[in-house]
Amino acid sequence: MSDPDQGKRADIRTYLIGYAAALLLTGIAFAAVRWPGVGTTATLAIVLTLALVQMIVHFRFFLHITLAKSARDDLRLILFSTLIVVMMVSGTLVVLMNLRHRMM
Amino acid sequence: MSAPLWPAVLGRFDWQSLPFVRAWQHPSLNELIGAGAAAMVVIGAIALVALITMLGRWRYLWGDWLTSLDHKRIGIMYVVLAFVMLARALVEGVVMRAHQATAIDAPGIVSPDHFAQLFSTHGSIMIFFMAMPFLTGAINYVMPLQIGSRDVAFPLLNSISLWLTGAAAGIMMASLVIGEFSTGGWTGYPPFTELRFSPGVGVDYWIWAVTLGSIGSTLSGLNFAVTIYKMRCPGMTLMRMPMFTWTSLCTSILMIFAMPPLTVATALLALDRYLGFHFFTNDLGGNMMNYANLFWLFGHPEVYILILPAFGVYSEVVSTFSSKELYGYTSLVLATMAIAVLSFTVWVHHFFTMGQSANVNAVFGIATMTIGVPTGVKIYDWIWTMFRGRVRFTVPMLYSLAFMMTFVLGGLTGIILAFPPLDYLVHNTLFLVAHFHNMLIPGLLYGMLAGYHYWFPKAFGFRLDERWGRIAFGCWVGGFYLAFMPLYVLGAGGMARRTAEIFEPAFRPWLYVAGVGALVLFAALAALAVQLWVSIRDRDANRVPAGDPWDARGLEWSIPAPPPEYNYAAPPRVASRDPFYDAKRNGTAYYPPARYDDIELPRNAAVGPVLGLLGAAIAFGLVWHMWWLAILGLAGVVATVIARSFVRDTHRIIPAADVERQDRAWRAAVAATPAIPREVEMTPANRGLAEGAA
Amino acid sequence: MTTETKHPGINLGATDRRTDDEAEPDVFGFWVFLMSDAVIFALLFATYGVMLAGTAGGPTPADTYKLVPTLVETLVLLTSSLTFGMASVAMKHGDERAGNTELVAWLAVTLALGLVFLALELRDFATMIGDGAVPARSGYLSSFFALVPLHGLHVAAGCLWIVVMMVQLRVFGRDDRVKINLLRLGLFWHFLDIVWIAIFSVVYLPGLIR
Repeated sequence: MSDPDQGKRADIRTYLIGYAAALLLTGIAFAAVRWPGVGTTATLAIVLTLALVQMIVHFRFFLHITLAKSARDDLRLILFSTLIVVMMVSGTLVVLMNLRHRMM
Repeated sequence: MSAPLWPAVLGRFDWQSLPFVRAWQHPSLNELIGAGAAAMVVIGAIALVALITMLGRWRYLWGDWLTSLDHKRIGIMYVVLAFVMLARALVEGVVMRAHQATAIDAPGIVSPDHFAQLFSTHGSIMIFFMAMPFLTGAINYVMPLQIGSRDVAFPLLNSISLWLTGAAAGIMMASLVIGEFSTGGWTGYPPFTELRFSPGVGVDYWIWAVTLGSIGSTLSGLNFAVTIYKMRCPGMTLMRMPMFTWTSLCTSILMIFAMPPLTVATALLALDRYLGFHFFTNDLGGNMMNYANLFWLFGHPEVYILILPAFGVYSEVVSTFSSKELYGYTSLVLATMAIAVLSFTVWVHHFFTMGQSANVNAVFGIATMTIGVPTGVKIYDWIWTMFRGRVRFTVPMLYSLAFMMTFVLGGLTGIILAFPPLDYLVHNTLFLVAHFHNMLIPGLLYGMLAGYHYWFPKAFGFRLDERWGRIAFGCWVGGFYLAFMPLYVLGAGGMARRTAEIFEPAFRPWLYVAGVGALVLFAALAALAVQLWVSIRDRDANRVPAGDPWDARGLEWSIPAPPPEYNYAAPPRVASRDPFYDAKRNGTAYYPPARYDDIELPRNAAVGPVLGLLGAAIAFGLVWHMWWLAILGLAGVVATVIARSFVRDTHRIIPAADVERQDRAWRAAVAATPAIPREVEMTPANRGLAEGAA
Repeated sequence: MTTETKHPGINLGATDRRTDDEAEPDVFGFWVFLMSDAVIFALLFATYGVMLAGTAGGPTPADTYKLVPTLVETLVLLTSSLTFGMASVAMKHGDERAGNTELVAWLAVTLALGLVFLALELRDFATMIGDGAVPARSGYLSSFFALVPLHGLHVAAGCLWIVVMMVQLRVFGRDDRVKINLLRLGLFWHFLDIVWIAIFSVVYLPGLIR
């Protein structure tokens, strides 16, 4: 049985790392919009990519979802949910944009 | 007389809201039918309350059933609800067939508005309050037994789901007595269902009944999925689960992910109607096409929610009554998973004609055709299971055979509909109506009836009457063909769905045949009622206390009939796919467990009925604009949930000595029971012990 | 380290094996519920995307959103995730005899940050409404007002839940049920921050790109 304080320090460190990374990713995203250096499409891509990365940071450091064998059930559920969400959202956008293009 | 009576307290209620008042003022056939239906609801409710009071059974009902957290009791209550709602919706179907048969160049027996309410309630009830409760009840009863568990993962949540569903069904029944129902179909498309075109209470009844029900279903799906993932008995790996449990798992995953789009669609419609939002309005940036998109993101997986449990039942029934191991277990599992995932990729086929480009339609058409393949795999697996088996033509097996033949026909018409250019010709005609009834009745309903006949002896300890079961079966199959095959012809001939007036005399003979079919279906339901009455009357002769009337394979047949409330005296250990069957062949089937431990079970809880009642209050208040009622209801829900979280004494203990005594008594009775061969399975000689098992 | 993770969020394995076992189905079930909630939010995002163009001649995203208030709200909510993490650590490692002071303190800070977030957000909405950017004005505004206030409602529910947990800590101490409920509340709170990442990245920032 390992030293519980060691566990506590490790747990605290996990949250602090996640917080720092999230701050950084947030800062860059807001900065990219406040001081646009590249075109609008590129800025949008940067913002969305940073969002995806920050979500992974939250999952890893705040929610403790890792690739460890014992966390597999939870990871599988997230991946499946992500698949469903991607299908529903992209399907909605493609179909509705297609309809708008043809009708409005 | 059409001004609200007392707006501050009764919202927009006025005397005209009561069908009795309307019939009194304008006693036409149409109004009398409406008032008659309302009267039946009122009289039925009063009669039920009176009966329970006269028999002095309120305490029993409340303590043993309504507040029970036992998955078996909850499952039975779901199935009871399903049968009651089946009766109502089937009668509505008969009325619609009667109307259409009489409405060729004539007004017919009901007004167009009334007809529209009928097809709306018929569809909403059959899907949300007949089919969903039936399959939820079946999964609730059977699945925990099949995985060797004592209950589902969240028993209190199970009760809450039941009562939310019951409350929603209550709202549907209330719409018969006070006010009116939506005329927008079970799909509720705006802008017709927006305030501008449907200002009355009807659409609101539909929105809140469906919302309450969909919350209940989402929570049930969650409960079942966690149960199957986390509470299987030792040794039961995923690939050793019975097929009904596999289909229950995939169904519950579908429930978890497919109900939210419905919640979104109805919530956004409610925002439009209550707060003047512009999601689906004609003007100010509304996009009504998004409603169809959101609704069918739910709607398509929903039909797979309806069919997968039936497929699970067929797997169990075909294997048992072919006296043979299920053929192609792995392919059945893969097919089920494929159906579950693919069901999220085809939803646009419900609105091919809405205006998307041919390429978009083509993608979804191809996906739709693809999803027919795994179902085909399943049909072949069931056929191969029967091949060289010793097939017994019991009622559940008859339903399975009728399903295999009739469902495949319907599936072929589905492939026709999957081609966008063909769909353009038959979309929203009776061809479509015939197709989906062809899937739902032989698919879902026969499956649920087969399951009902198959597991009834386990649940209640005595077999159902086989003769009346066959009579009912004959009427269900004959009635289905008579009622729905003509609709394919009518649809191909151009008759639209949801039509109250018909001007084409060539349709007449087909509509008459369909009308007769509807009456035969009503006779089928009546035959089921007679069967139940006869079975209860003859129950002592048909008892099967040893618990295995069919010489079946899964764990659920290794316990008494009816099972004790804790299901298993000791958690079973399994080492193979058909553990009870293997044990019977090894001669170890009825060995007592090595040790008996205390068993902890949840105490009863009033939280379920209370939340159901509050949910109904919120819904009713929102429908009638009785804001005080809705707010009080919501506050009550929050308070109840918080208060319950402070309760710590939630379980009771059944001492090991009691468990041992009950278990040993049953095993002694089994030892004294004569084992029977399959030839006398349907006679009183069958006490639930199979030959070759002692 | 002998601990294995049984469920998302902080696991009690090392310090409370029995509750850790009991927690597995309970926390997994809550995780499943959050996935269904995620689908609801995802479809509201999709609806927002579909209705962005439906401004009906009224206020547009560029007219309505402001960068600095959004940044402040983001930082407040993100920090509240950190402070809840600290509360989780206090729950897992806190000495039973020392009482729950540290745990309650971190919960209180989280609650305060949550309330600040809500106050800022309500002020934003009030400004919008004052400027005529109301949901009844256009489809675009309807979709905004369905998505963002739904998140706010979730935050409000989370704040109420924190209050209830603080009361339960007083009444029951750190018993099994309280710990499992705090684990679930932790999942909920972090999930809300994840949804907010999507909100500022899909709604606010893209609306402000020039």
